[in-house]
Amino acid sequence: MIRSPLPQTDYMTSGHVGCPGCGATVAMKFALRALGEKTMMVIPACCWAIIAGSHPQSSLKVPILHTAFATAGAAASGLRAALDMKGDTDTVVVAWAGDGGTFDIGFQALSGAVERNEDFIYVCYDNEAYMNTGVQRSSSTPFGTRTTTTPGSNWKQTRKKNIVEALAAHRIPYAATASIAFPEDMIRKFQRARMLKGGSRFIHVFATCPTGWRVPTDQCIKIARLAVQTRIFPLYEVTDGIHYTLNQDASPRPVRDYLQVQGRFSHLSEVDYDTIQGMVDEDWMLLKRKVGPWPSETDI
Amino acid sequence: MKEVVEGSHAVSEAVRLARVQVMSAYPITPQTHIVEALSEYCAQGRMAGRFICVESEHSAMAAVIGAASGGARTFTATSSHGLALMHELLHWASAARLPIVMAEVNRALGPGWNIWMDQTDSLAQRDTGWIQLYCEDGQEALDTTLLAFRLAESADLPVMVVLDAFFLSHTYEPVDIPDQATADRFLPAYRPRIQLDTREPCALSQMAPPGCYMEMRYDIQAGMRRVPDLYTTAENDFEDIFGRRYGMLEAYRCEDAEIILAMAGTAVSTSRQVVDDLRDRGEKVGLLKIRMFRPFPTDLLRRLVGNAQKIAVLDRNFCFGLGGIFAQEIRAALYHGERQPSVFSYISGLGGRDVTPEIIEEIYRRSKSADHPEIESVWVGLDPGICPV
Repeated sequence: MIRSPLPQTDYMTSGHVGCPGCGATVAMKFALRALGEKTMMVIPACCWAIIAGSHPQSSLKVPILHTAFATAGAAASGLRAALDMKGDTDTVVVAWAGDGGTFDIGFQALSGAVERNEDFIYVCYDNEAYMNTGVQRSSSTPFGTRTTTTPGSNWKQTRKKNIVEALAAHRIPYAATASIAFPEDMIRKFQRARMLKGGSRFIHVFATCPTGWRVPTDQCIKIARLAVQTRIFPLYEVTDGIHYTLNQDASPRPVRDYLQVQGRFSHLSEVDYDTIQGMVDEDWMLLKRKVGPWPSETDI
Repeated sequence: MKEVVEGSHAVSEAVRLARVQVMSAYPITPQTHIVEALSEYCAQGRMAGRFICVESEHSAMAAVIGAASGGARTFTATSSHGLALMHELLHWASAARLPIVMAEVNRALGPGWNIWMDQTDSLAQRDTGWIQLYCEDGQEALDTTLLAFRLAESADLPVMVVLDAFFLSHTYEPVDIPDQATADRFLPAYRPRIQLDTREPCALSQMAPPGCYMEMRYDIQAGMRRVPDLYTTAENDFEDIFGRRYGMLEAYRCEDAEIILAMAGTAVSTSRQVVDDLRDRGEKVGLLKIRMFRPFPTDLLRRLVGNAQKIAVLDRNFCFGLGGIFAQEIRAALYHGERQPSVFSYISGLGGRDVTPEIIEEIYRRSKSADHPEIESVWVGLDPGICPV
């Protein structure tokens, strides 16, 4: 028998109310396995505000502070301060928000908190739209996507906001991407983030949403893997906002492989595929340039 | 020891004496002096609290909600637009039964931009589930802030300590500042009723379906109903230690008054003088100072009003489409009482306009000479050159 190197204790119960095939539930399961029981979750309005269970039940075995949509960064700052004042430095405070609460309505509080370099881990589980309210576009929704507020021929015409770049620009100690299709990589990143206590750590987790993406519920992990393989969602880490490490760099597959298996992109033409491929290639080149050798004194 | 301090700093001193553990605030005029002083105390080591300099008032309230959920004694301060921005979070604080104390400096809302005194900002928050206490002077601001922590922690409800912009926040007065040991006798170390704990994981403020939401709301009202008793107990202890008390309402020369002037904030001081002057001239006039606005002390109000025939309310606030807010509340409170004195509603002193003794006398005279109140609030002191009356 091959023993899995992954931590085996689960802090998430069965019986949660996530949709079948929900990537965000897989993300939480792996995150808590990595973080352990001395963890407090701060959850703003998002799918997880529901998945965590309604009063008087909870689907997590760690404490949860549910908070208003725009406030994950600020509420987590306050909770951290209270724990510090009580001398509890063991417990890690984790803000756990969707893309709406991170990229959009919660961005101000997040930016404020990481500028203060608050000692917490902020996790965005990104399903690329406001899924909890019925698949409306967010600033994380990629170019080409149909949502209920970008329907028909009005599919989204602008790029997805690059949240990791925005966070790295705050020069925080650690920012990383992670995918539910790469559990070892994801768990390692959460463990690393936990060890780097003392400042703000940000993890951007790619989490499939079968309902909003219009994919079969058993395709959750496969599609998340395709996102990495097609370089739509590269796996990388940024330390101190400037040092980039690429974690996955195999020979890429065309983005069409990722796009054509999802209902949300079914309207796209060959020309659109090419446009998106161009965007992905451009982003990849930019990332590679950042990953490349750090310029020496003489280069400057 | 008596020191000459600003109204704002009277609040800061009380927060220091309360040994607040986590503070968070965003600067807004005229609240800034309160939190600047607190930052200074932390920098000097006179206070052991953590001050979180957030990027907005919305985040300030969210941060103290997070800290209070973690079991810390918390404080914030705001004013006007800052309070309006916090509105959503005020509900999160009270419905979670968190004993947060906030100083709120009454200031007008824009447009047009106006940094001066007006009560509409705090009164617009009346349905958020916060206890509201209004202060008249610097000593009262300090005492009320200390008292607010006791009240908040016994009622499991947040408390807003309200003071007038500039007339109180920026006025220097002699204030008796107690020493730490005396303050500790009145306000012991905070022991949270509920806090997040990894040894006993639970979820706070989670989704409440229709099967329990209504009961949670009823429970908050049950908590509010206990406030007058808890307040009185706290004030009894306060009086034992400090020799001062204020009450939820203060009736000044009301015993045989035929007309009672009613209001909250610094205009009370001016009115006290006017009442004395009118009494000297044989007028049967009294003064009712409104200190507690939420919960509204209905029973006490009915008792204190006594046999007065008329109540003349000065509102430095306005509810568009209706009238002065204190007047409406007083009318509603008296409606089912044994007696229903006529409630005259006056609006004056908005946006920092001075409420002079002449204005208060005019309010008294108009109330005395009229048989019945006007249906709409009467605006006193409008400039006919700007706005034809």
